[in-house]
Amino acid sequence: MKGFVVKEFLHIFRDHRTMLILFGMPIAQVLLFGFAITNEINHASIAVFDKARDSKSLELQQKLTASGYFDINMQLENTKSIEKAFQSGKVKEIVVIPPQFEKTLELDQPTTIQLINDASDPNTANLISSYTSAILMDFAASINPQANSLPVTTETTMLYNPELKGVFMFVPGTITILLMLVSAMMTSISIAREKEMGTMEVLLISPLKPYQIILGKVLPYVVFSFVNAMVILILAYSIFEMPVNGSLLLLLAESLLFILMALAMGLFISTVSNSQQTAMLLSMFALMLPTILLSGFVFPVENMPLALQWLSHLMPSKWFIIIVKSIMLKGLGIAYLWQETLIILLMAFIFIILSIKKFEVRLKLK
Amino acid sequence: MKPVIEVENLVKKFGNFVANDSLTFSVFPGEIFGFLGANGAGKTTTIKILCGLSAPTSGKVSVAGYDVYRHSELIKKNIGYMSQKFSLYEDLSITENFQFYGGIYGLSRNEIRERTKALLNRLDFLKAQNEVLRNIPQGWKQKLAFSVAVMHQPKVVFLDEPTGGVDPITRRQFWELIYEQANNGTTIFVTTHYMDEAEYCGRVSIMVDGKIEALDSPEKLKNQFAVNSMNDVFVKLARAAK
Repeated sequence: MKGFVVKEFLHIFRDHRTMLILFGMPIAQVLLFGFAITNEINHASIAVFDKARDSKSLELQQKLTASGYFDINMQLENTKSIEKAFQSGKVKEIVVIPPQFEKTLELDQPTTIQLINDASDPNTANLISSYTSAILMDFAASINPQANSLPVTTETTMLYNPELKGVFMFVPGTITILLMLVSAMMTSISIAREKEMGTMEVLLISPLKPYQIILGKVLPYVVFSFVNAMVILILAYSIFEMPVNGSLLLLLAESLLFILMALAMGLFISTVSNSQQTAMLLSMFALMLPTILLSGFVFPVENMPLALQWLSHLMPSKWFIIIVKSIMLKGLGIAYLWQETLIILLMAFIFIILSIKKFEVRLKLK
Repeated sequence: MKPVIEVENLVKKFGNFVANDSLTFSVFPGEIFGFLGANGAGKTTTIKILCGLSAPTSGKVSVAGYDVYRHSELIKKNIGYMSQKFSLYEDLSITENFQFYGGIYGLSRNEIRERTKALLNRLDFLKAQNEVLRNIPQGWKQKLAFSVAVMHQPKVVFLDEPTGGVDPITRRQFWELIYEQANNGTTIFVTTHYMDEAEYCGRVSIMVDGKIEALDSPEKLKNQFAVNSMNDVFVKLARAAK
């Protein structure tokens, strides 16, 4: 048993590709998701069509730039140039300030500032326009602090992630994907490799019991997956200042449970595939894609058609993402998460039973 | 002498297909038993049953003194196995492979060290002990695999086409190893497609369509079928197959 685990570690350490996937992936993914794929706006370039050109309109422009979210790259002179500005691709939004801006404000009359967005990229357009509106609202309030009623009164509070940091959304998803990848894909491939090489036959003929073979194969990956989860958490904490508001212990325990679930899935895949390629493809299509697409990691589940929403309930990763987010951001305890935990536990159980059944059937028939 | 493998009326069915049709034979300690048959004749099924990997449908089977129905775990401790496909772990060194398989069979660290040294010495391969298996030629791998299969000193070694894809000189050397092992009292149960190798066996059984059609020493079989070589014996029998 000990020798088996040692051997498995040797396999992993000798294989540079496996090592790269095991340790390069988490770091690359977290950094990628954290820095590159972001929902935040940072120095978005916009243009201003200032029809007023008075002190208030200038003040407004300064406020926009001072926020750090926007760079005013262009001053437009006439309506025609609006279209040109967008076509040049240099600006994402145009703020149109009406004539006699200052005067209207002094007279306490309502005024409208027009925001024109390049909606060919709808998500970004939405984000930029809401950021701008927020700044404009702020501006309106600062001009007339005593006024009982502002022209517009919306107040949005962003709970749990007040700065709307993208990385807070991505870290739970990334942990999930990586645990899935390392646990399920790696184990299924490594078991399939023994079958392909013919060494599995020898193991089965040896006095080792099937459960010992499975444990020996799986144990190293449990360790690696766990280390991976830690690395991601440490990266998230140290580079992106992502907090762990809830209990770290609970988080680790839940991760372990999810790892077990993923391993059980990997085992199941390995029982139905006889070559490394099959195992890899099955893991990719049956595990990775649904994890990415249906778990709510990239696309919000609420916006999916009903059928897909139902399907997403079957994704263990969906529940795990909920758990991770709740513990890390909301600081919730097990009292609030027992349902999700139970679902993952149940899934792990089902897959373990299924793969043991499969494994035994193989033994009998072959 | 008490047989080390005893098979009586062994039947194995997969649904309606009869893979092994009431086989009866015994193999004695130190014997080299050739288990021949065309592809699909049912050899692999029988070996799987003898190794405790698959349960027979009916019949009496005992290996190394243990019943396959009740003591398949004990059988596994007392047999060795090597197939053409089996080529150890490519990414581990020779020593690491020996350590791993020795560990599986419950040998102590000292035993593993001593036996590895003795076996590698016999092969004159001690100098390469830390070489990763990937870098070793196929013929050597087969000899190493055989050494690993007998490291725990099993009563019976099953060799499933051990010399497939190996050059004639290495095959010759391989059979020398087999003879040495048999002289030490280990029973060798070997399948092969090379009919010259069949001549090396003490006794040979030839299986056709799930039945054993002939079982005797190569000399007697050649007399019985009035031919000059085992090859002709085999062809005569296999032609009769469905």
